[in-house]
Amino acid sequence: MGTGPGVLTDPVTTAVRGGVGDSPRRPDGTLKVTGEFAYSSDLWMDGMLWGLTLRSPHAHARVTRIETARALAVPGVFAVLTHEDVPGTNLYGLEIRDQPVLAADRVRYQGEPVALVAAEHPEAARRALDLVEVDFDPLPPVTDARESVHGTSPSLHPGGNVVRHVRIRHGDEHARADVVVTGDYEVGMQDQAFLGPESGLAVPSPDGGVDLYVATQWLHVDRDQVAAALGLAPELVRITLAGVGGAFGAREDLSIQVHACMLALRTRRAVKMVSSREESFFGHVHRHPARMRYEHGATRDGRLVYVKAETILDGGAYASSTPAVVTNAATLGAGPYDVPNVAIDCYGAYTNNPPCGAMRGFGAVQAAFAYESQMDRLAAVVGIDPVEIRIRNALTEGSRIATGQRVDSAAPVAELVRRVRDMPLPPSADGDLRAMPGGVANTTHGEGVRRGVGYAVGLKNVCFSAGFDDYSTARVVLEAVAGEPVVLVHTAAVEVGQGLVTLQAQIARTELGVARVTVATADTQVGGAGSTSASRQSYVTGGAVQAACRQVAEEVRRRAAERSGADPGALDLAGGKVVTRDGVPVADMADLLGDDRVERTVEWRHRPTSPIDPATGQGDAHVQLAFAAHRAVVDVDVELGLSSTGWCATRRSPTT
Amino acid sequence: MRRPTSWAEALSVRAAAPDLLPIAGGTDVMVELNFDRRRPPGLLDLTRVPELATWTVFDGTVELGAGVTYAQVVADLGDLLPGLATASRTVGSPQIRNRGTVGGNLGSASPAGDAHPPLLAAGAVVELESVHGRRSVPVSEFFIGVKRSVLEPDELIRSVRVPCATGPEQFSKVGTRNAMVIAVASFALRVDPGRRRVGTGIGSAAPTPRTAPEAETFLAREIEAADAWASRDPLPAPVVRRFAELVAAAASPIDDVRGSASYRRHALTVMATRTLGWAWDEYRQGVPA
Ligand SMILES: Cc1cc2nc3c(=O)[nH]c(=O)nc-3n(C[C@H](O)[C@H](O)[C@H](O)COP(=O)(O)OP(=O)(O)OC[C@H]3O[C@@H](n4cnc5c(N)ncnc54)[C@H](O)[C@@H]3O)c2cc1C
Repeated sequence: MGTGPGVLTDPVTTAVRGGVGDSPRRPDGTLKVTGEFAYSSDLWMDGMLWGLTLRSPHAHARVTRIETARALAVPGVFAVLTHEDVPGTNLYGLEIRDQPVLAADRVRYQGEPVALVAAEHPEAARRALDLVEVDFDPLPPVTDARESVHGTSPSLHPGGNVVRHVRIRHGDEHARADVVVTGDYEVGMQDQAFLGPESGLAVPSPDGGVDLYVATQWLHVDRDQVAAALGLAPELVRITLAGVGGAFGAREDLSIQVHACMLALRTRRAVKMVSSREESFFGHVHRHPARMRYEHGATRDGRLVYVKAETILDGGAYASSTPAVVTNAATLGAGPYDVPNVAIDCYGAYTNNPPCGAMRGFGAVQAAFAYESQMDRLAAVVGIDPVEIRIRNALTEGSRIATGQRVDSAAPVAELVRRVRDMPLPPSADGDLRAMPGGVANTTHGEGVRRGVGYAVGLKNVCFSAGFDDYSTARVVLEAVAGEPVVLVHTAAVEVGQGLVTLQAQIARTELGVARVTVATADTQVGGAGSTSASRQSYVTGGAVQAACRQVAEEVRRRAAERSGADPGALDLAGGKVVTRDGVPVADMADLLGDDRVERTVEWRHRPTSPIDPATGQGDAHVQLAFAAHRAVVDVDVELGLSSTGWCATRRSPTT
Repeated sequence: MRRPTSWAEALSVRAAAPDLLPIAGGTDVMVELNFDRRRPPGLLDLTRVPELATWTVFDGTVELGAGVTYAQVVADLGDLLPGLATASRTVGSPQIRNRGTVGGNLGSASPAGDAHPPLLAAGAVVELESVHGRRSVPVSEFFIGVKRSVLEPDELIRSVRVPCATGPEQFSKVGTRNAMVIAVASFALRVDPGRRRVGTGIGSAAPTPRTAPEAETFLAREIEAADAWASRDPLPAPVVRRFAELVAAAASPIDDVRGSASYRRHALTVMATRTLGWAWDEYRQGVPA
């Protein structure tokens, strides 16, 4: 066929818009800024009931009696459920199934769910909740994670109070150095405080199953835990993602999922549950508080010889993702530095404090606070600049981290630090109260103000680590609608605001050369996508969508080649057409498809990782590492102890 | 919910149903209702009473209707009542300033209410009224305990009468962050050359907002003795220091989640020193009387 000049077909000169590299608008952007977006708390069904949770007022207590008769007698109340009503296994958990759906004979933290109520009106449910009688026999709470790890506190779970201990031994455990700095560091609990509280709607189905609409982070792991607690086959639990108002890790564990389903299955009515702002803080995990003792040894010119550390993370009452958080805090615990000798012991503890689990950074940030504080002290002792000490020890491609894993992709740590250092400093407040410590509260016009500049670098693993079978599934369908090729992308990957829906469509447009792409609502009707966490969805679900698109494209090229006699390997998809390498159309995709559709489902995996060695913590545990450098500039009123809002400069790799 | 549309009607509803909780902007009331801290039998909505939503100036005094919002104070009263306007700017967020009222702040009578220190420093008078008549209560006598005032169950706050500023005013508030914050301690200062007096107001550092009377008389006397109202000479450092000490000594702060008693006293010393410095500088730069 002719490809030279003079051929009477329009060459396709531009790719479809909105592909990878463009900045298309978020499909939900306008809805969100105009207040029209439906969050999970906006779910509604005529005739639905309202579910509420009774929570323990005690951090640690025996439950000796639960009496529901008076609550059930409240007009408008349809069900009052306790642990006796849990149809399946009354235990769930992300990594270790240690958390009751409803407390049976013991509560281990303040806020632990004890009973559920469903009523026609939230007010009736509230009144009924007040009438559930629970006798608690308070026990002394275990609140000190260090004592808990060292075995001096009563056991809270059958296996003792150490959820996980990771031991890292890299190089010479007994290395010595000329310069030694040691420090004890403590970081407190933090909360993700997403704006859309825990909420969802469970609808019983005629087949005995349940449909759950919920804001979450990981649909399939929710489904498996819900099914086990309900005693149902997984296919009878269908979960559909509802509008997520922020997540940041706090939706990785179950909250109202099993509770709403239990109430729906019992009452045979749709049941909606929504936490209040205050209840939300009791209803999800927080960031682990940590106590860290670090010792850094270096040469006189500030080159690291060794890092020794003991880190204790307070996991609270239940395990949640504490084991993985401990792994991160340990394996990333020496920071983005070239350190020949590392000895780290990192523990996750059970206590009667609020349960802790996933929050952005996931163990990496606690460690960073300690090792970066240490680097500042080391710089002061050695007598060099804080920027210089970081550059001097920066990890580079080819270096090994504490696990012995060789960094085999870009690691521009020194470059990141230089870049933040070289950014211009923010101007001084100069009369603008908003930039002063205290702001418009008018506490200083410059009196007592000193400027502080601080640097920190950090590293974080991308994707799931340590041998986890980490994959995502994408189903891609190409068909012709009204003479135009249209793509449907279907995954179970959760959009929490990070832009994944936009990205999936971008990938499909680029791979298939089709402008009209629909991204289906995420649900469990397709294979698992893994969690929206660990910075993994662009990588893993993005990879799955790309791979599925490529299989679809291959089939389209095959059909076009069949029809035109061209070599399928010499064809591309662009602008809704199949074209030659020179951009000359050989077929219109819509024509080619006719009434047929091309559908492919692909399960995609990144390169495998390995578990770490239990004795030494050595192993290629991470897929890839991301690096960040920050410079913070803060003006402080040293007389009042107030600070300005601060300016933070950030550079990251590989993301930017 | 009762919704009177005139002041007279509001007073008679109040007399007939003193259990109804008055609501103006609702920025305190709705929080209490939402958190189930209060379950009144009903509400008395004052937002449709036109008399409450306006302010007038007569004979050197601003009569500020109880329903005037912080946003209105910021927009309209920056010149006449700069201290109250500065304080209003620090209240909550734009949404809260659009709804929250000075009358509601008085009604809640919180020791941390931000309108109170500048009203105290100005020597303002609260106008209370019931169907039986009207009475005037100086702001310094209005508060009688934590979140308690002299307001009777059949009374409503009609307005607050605030003498116009004749010189510089300052307001300063320490919070645990820089915006949307309840005061850890606050201080208001009025330098009043027209009346040859000094006014002070302390917030969040005693069971009620209160003045620092000894600091006021001390400073007024020192200024008088040095003839500084006329000369506008700088204030000697020991005078400023003593004034700040007397301000801190007038407080009786407690330790709580927001701050310790000793921090509050220290913060008052710093705020009194700084605000007096700014106010006196401003006075010195003004045209001599
Ligand atoms: C997010 C947020 C931030 C806030 N930030 C601040 C802050 O920075 N500084 C601060 O001082 N306050 C703050 N507040 C508290 C509140 O906004 C103020 O106290 C405000 O002045 C209350 O006014 P309102 O009109 O909303 O009062 P309402 O809530 O309507 O009423 C408050 C009380 O006054 C009574 N009342 C109202 N009007 C009258 C009347 N005419 N006669 C008799 N009684 C009356 C009511 O019965 C009630 O007891 C904040 C509140 C919120 C929710």
